[in-house]
Amino acid sequence: MTIGHTLLGLLESGPRHGYDLKRAFDERFGHDRPLHYGQVYSTMARLLKNGLVEVDGVEPGGGPERKRYAITDAGLTDVEQWLASPEKPEPYLHNTLYTKVVLALLTDRSAQNILDTQRAEHLRLMRELTRRKLDGDFADQLICDHALFHLEADLRWLELTAARLDQLRAEVTA
Amino acid sequence: MTGNASTLESEPVLSATALQKAYGATPALDGADFEIHAGETVAVMGPSGSGKSTLLHCLAGIVRPDAGVVRYRGQELSAMGDAERSALRREEFGFVFQFGQLVPELTCLENVALPLRLAGARRRDAEQRAARWLERLEVAELGRKRPGEVSGGQGQRVAVARALVAEPRVVFADEPTGALDSLNGERVMQLLSAAARETRAAVVLVTHEARVAAYSDREVVVRDGRTRTNVSADVR
Ligand SMILES: Nc1ncnc2c1ncn2[C@@H]1O[C@H](COP(=O)(O)OP(=O)(O)OP(=O)(O)O)[C@@H](O)[C@H]1O
Ligand SMILES: [Mg+2]
Repeated sequence: MTIGHTLLGLLESGPRHGYDLKRAFDERFGHDRPLHYGQVYSTMARLLKNGLVEVDGVEPGGGPERKRYAITDAGLTDVEQWLASPEKPEPYLHNTLYTKVVLALLTDRSAQNILDTQRAEHLRLMRELTRRKLDGDFADQLICDHALFHLEADLRWLELTAARLDQLRAEVTA
Repeated sequence: MTGNASTLESEPVLSATALQKAYGATPALDGADFEIHAGETVAVMGPSGSGKSTLLHCLAGIVRPDAGVVRYRGQELSAMGDAERSALRREEFGFVFQFGQLVPELTCLENVALPLRLAGARRRDAEQRAARWLERLEVAELGRKRPGEVSGGQGQRVAVARALVAEPRVVFADEPTGALDSLNGERVMQLLSAAARETRAAVVLVTHEARVAAYSDREVVVRDGRTRTNVSADVR
């Protein structure tokens, strides 16, 4: 799930409190949709239960936002796997992909690899649709073409982002 | 296109290793590898200026790399003489570029017949075969026209017919649909890949368009003169 992985990724640079996690998330990824506190706590509770984070300290005064969370080795592996696996190509994917790219830059991973892996996945699906289109009737052709044009638009975004990684890295790590 | 995994021969028909090429101080290739098998279509993708065309030119023996090896059916291109290499280009390779590059003084039919004529075929035979290819590319009616009198899309179909008429083992296509709208680009790719599949030609397809690359069996990405192969295709 994206929010969980994103919060995990934000913990890679060091332990954070619940409120600090929310702030960091909203600042980087929450432009259109800031997190509710409730989302943060339910997500952190799930991560805790799955052993992906541990409580690293509690500030006096209680309340879940005062818990300090640290990522575990299992959590690290989980982020690693999430970043390395391509997303299912579909419209409006850019949110998740953008998040992955920014997290990779923040954690000193190869953002290029993420984009390359995604391109390969997109092309794989585009080949399949092209084949279906060539074998199908006229209705199939139109439907496949619609999907193909959307996937192509994603790929253009991928290429453009790939070409601007240096700029994005400079902004993200400033 | 795909589905030919079982028929891929173990030896690539064309391969390149560690290609280096600079134009003066400008590096164009910096350790590019490539291989393609008979019947396979490989898309070469990557940003503008990354070295795609230079790679294609090295593979086709048009440009000599500064370092690295290109092998065609086991034979090193650099070990061949100029005459041998141009004979190879004429007889075993076919070319399609972004702008047809047809000979303006010849009719479309004569353009398509040209590779056969250069290989020594008699005029009548050459033009008969050329006419059949024009028909396959759905432009039979253009035979008597000159390239200046046909549209870009039509000219590109004539160019594809010319590239395939001598049934080359390798077709080099550099942005073959780059000057066409989606509908025409699509049709040219369908016709090109159907013809290549039938003649078991290998196709090196340089393109920056994903929908065009989707006609390939797999893609190779060139970035800063280096290649990177994605094994995303289900070919192997
Ligand atoms: N004949 C030439 N003389 C000098 N420099 C060249 C020549 N051909 C290519 N270059 C340079 O080599 C590099 C690679 O060029 P190449 O044409 O192979 O790129 P490309 O990937 O095909 O780009 P595009 O997508 O724009 O066609 C570029 O920096 C280009 O300026
Ligand atoms: Mg080029």
